[in-house]
Amino acid sequence: MAYLLSRLRGVGALAFLPVLIVGVVLPSPVMGQDKPRYGGELIFPVPSEPPSYDGHREETFGLIHPIAPFYNTLLRVDPRDPSGTKPIGDLAESWTVARDGLTYTFKLHKGVKFHDGSEMTSKDVKASYDKIIFPPPGVGSSRKGQYEVVEALEAPDPSTVRFHLKWPTASFLASLASPWNFIYKADILVKDIHWYETHVMGTGPFTFVEHVKGSHLVGKKNPTYWDKGKPYLDGFRAIFISSSSAQVAAIRGERAHIQFRGFGPADRNSLKASLGDKITVQESPWDCILLGAINHNKKPFDDKRVRRALTLALDRYEGSKALSKIAIVKEVAGVQVPGTPYATPPEELAKLAGYGKDINAARDEARYLLKEAGAEKLSFTFKNRGIPMPYEPLAIWMIDQWRRVGLNVKQEVIEAAAYYSVLRKGDFEVAMDFQCGYIVEPDLDIYKFISTDKNPANYGAYTDRVLDDLYVKQSRATDYEERKKYIRQFEKRVLDAEAHYLMTLQWHRIIPHSSKVKGWQITPSHYLNNQLDAVWLSE
Amino acid sequence: MAINVPAETIAEVSLAPARRAWIAAAIKFTRQRPIGALGAAIILVMAAVASLAGVLAPYDPLATDYGGMLAPPSATHWLGTDAFGRDVLSRIVYGSRTALLVGFGASVLGATLGVFVGVASAYFGGRVDLLVQRVMDIFLSFPLIVLALAVVVILGTGVLNVTLAIMVPMIPRCALVVRSSALAIREMPYVEAARAAGFGHARIIFRHMLPNVMAPYLIMLTAFLGQAILLEASLSFLGLGVQEPTAAWGLMLRGAAVEFAEAAPWMALFPGLAISLGVFGFSLFGDSLRDALDPKLRTL
Repeated sequence: MAYLLSRLRGVGALAFLPVLIVGVVLPSPVMGQDKPRYGGELIFPVPSEPPSYDGHREETFGLIHPIAPFYNTLLRVDPRDPSGTKPIGDLAESWTVARDGLTYTFKLHKGVKFHDGSEMTSKDVKASYDKIIFPPPGVGSSRKGQYEVVEALEAPDPSTVRFHLKWPTASFLASLASPWNFIYKADILVKDIHWYETHVMGTGPFTFVEHVKGSHLVGKKNPTYWDKGKPYLDGFRAIFISSSSAQVAAIRGERAHIQFRGFGPADRNSLKASLGDKITVQESPWDCILLGAINHNKKPFDDKRVRRALTLALDRYEGSKALSKIAIVKEVAGVQVPGTPYATPPEELAKLAGYGKDINAARDEARYLLKEAGAEKLSFTFKNRGIPMPYEPLAIWMIDQWRRVGLNVKQEVIEAAAYYSVLRKGDFEVAMDFQCGYIVEPDLDIYKFISTDKNPANYGAYTDRVLDDLYVKQSRATDYEERKKYIRQFEKRVLDAEAHYLMTLQWHRIIPHSSKVKGWQITPSHYLNNQLDAVWLSE
Repeated sequence: MAINVPAETIAEVSLAPARRAWIAAAIKFTRQRPIGALGAAIILVMAAVASLAGVLAPYDPLATDYGGMLAPPSATHWLGTDAFGRDVLSRIVYGSRTALLVGFGASVLGATLGVFVGVASAYFGGRVDLLVQRVMDIFLSFPLIVLALAVVVILGTGVLNVTLAIMVPMIPRCALVVRSSALAIREMPYVEAARAAGFGHARIIFRHMLPNVMAPYLIMLTAFLGQAILLEASLSFLGLGVQEPTAAWGLMLRGAAVEFAEAAPWMALFPGLAISLGVFGFSLFGDSLRDALDPKLRTL
């Protein structure tokens, strides 16, 4: 089934059909077998507060968690899909893709109203996407680079929106399912394009009640919500608590139902031990991974034998088993989240440097390569970001692993706010880096690794035109198998043949929540499934 | 007539009174101030453990054992293991090196620089004294930990930087105390005589003033040692001090030790005890030393 769905995601798969494909919007989901119950207020702690209310501009879950319930997006990621990869309609009722893959036409639901009572039309969708893709000077749009493929969009009638692309791409639907792309009211944007930074007014299942900074944000049920029968909750209350132990205490004391970002394994165990069946634990691979950025401008790290030795020294399987008990990491992964359509299966992954099951052989090879490169007993400083979880345990583990092949590594922790300026300046030999996504999609996930002149966030500071070419090929591939082939080649080159970057372990998302919370499915991204339209409380 | 005396005998003769005097002083100190002697004993044990860490520690403090993570105290691991399977006892033993290195380094440097600043300020007086004291007042207006945090944020983490960060707030504290003693010494006839004899400033300060402020210097030094150990542990606990995988007591209290406080209390308990004991030892010894060296208190 997952395979079939993934095929359907590609434009090429769509082209197999004799007529234009119609995306059918399934009835909104409710997880579990129970009949949803109406009423109640969902209470959830949020570890950080929204810097503004504008989803187009911001990048933190601190905005998504409390603000997403007030909005709809054109598409969304299927809230029932644990892999978090399947786009379905939200305001879009259906869509068609032209045979050449260059035009996407979306039909919108009729009768959708903003919270001020006005009707939502294609004009609003166009105005919102114009703001995201073509922001005027002075207007922040964090993700406009992901829509470089869009040439123009139009609203030919009130219920139709059309996107014209510069080239066909397999990831376009996925990028439209971004949870950040709230649909705003066009008339308001015309009057004041910054209005949504300080105000909340959408078409979502909940309407805004109040936000007391540093304390809480409250939403109540939208009685005229367009998706009839939804939402089930009377309202929600987001409480802003930065301390992890205080969040756990709130769940333990049953003063809160759920925290959507995630807790560590120790907190999970203590909550389960103290609350038993009152706690339900959902776990998932997390679309976040810590990476070792190896500075190609510093000797001897310009030598791929040294870089290969660094990755060969890591026993990822033992690390996974051990670290998953104390940190929010678990799965051994390549460039895609395990279990998702383009992820390399474990038996193939084991052929890459540093992923083999025989760690002694791998470490022998690492020692040999270091000796050959004249870097035996190499000493260097590993720069790490000053955020404890999971940066600290991962760094201790990596340093220990490198020590086992004779490397002498010292750790230097840089305060979080200053960290990225150190990476950008290239003032490091090997440093911790990370990659997180809102949806598992190769275009978004492997963009990190292309040449530094194309992506300045590649802190390895290398130029590799073969990789760049493979990236473009996979992005434009319209056939699932073809795209998979290019992604595998890309992965082999970046992690094995050139060992440009080294992957540690995939983050592991752990959500221990009150068993009263129903209708919520964990996904690999903490940015997804926060609309709360399908969530209900059993008592 | 020449008398042939074996060289060993000369050495014995010349050293014996000094050793006897030292032992007598130690016995006297122990009898008169048993609490201070207890503090000194703790310090001596700590110093012995730090210098013999390689012999005393049952395991390599950096060696991980992922099969033995969070193991409770047992015959194999007397004080249990941490979240990476590292032996807690071995890390405490090696951690004493970090504590003493940073503690002694910061205290000796801070107190010594403070003495120079205090004596120079008192000796020159006038505008120099005014200016130096106002600068010292600015430093003193910041709590010790805040100033150390500021310095470590500027310099970065690591043993050397933490030592400097702890040293900086100690300079004005020592300078202030020493200056008050030095002001009285400056007016002494022998200093006046030295001036009249035409001796230079450096000679007067180094030969006549500094030796006479040694008592407050030693008192400040011992008082700072305990504080420095505590400060190093605090900074390391906050993630701003010594960095993993180096063994350090404050570092052992953070991260997994907090998360697993209920499931594996030994991870925090034993390093916490080590910090308390170390600071306790220096405080007891420092207080007694102050009492012993202060002539006013000596007569009471």
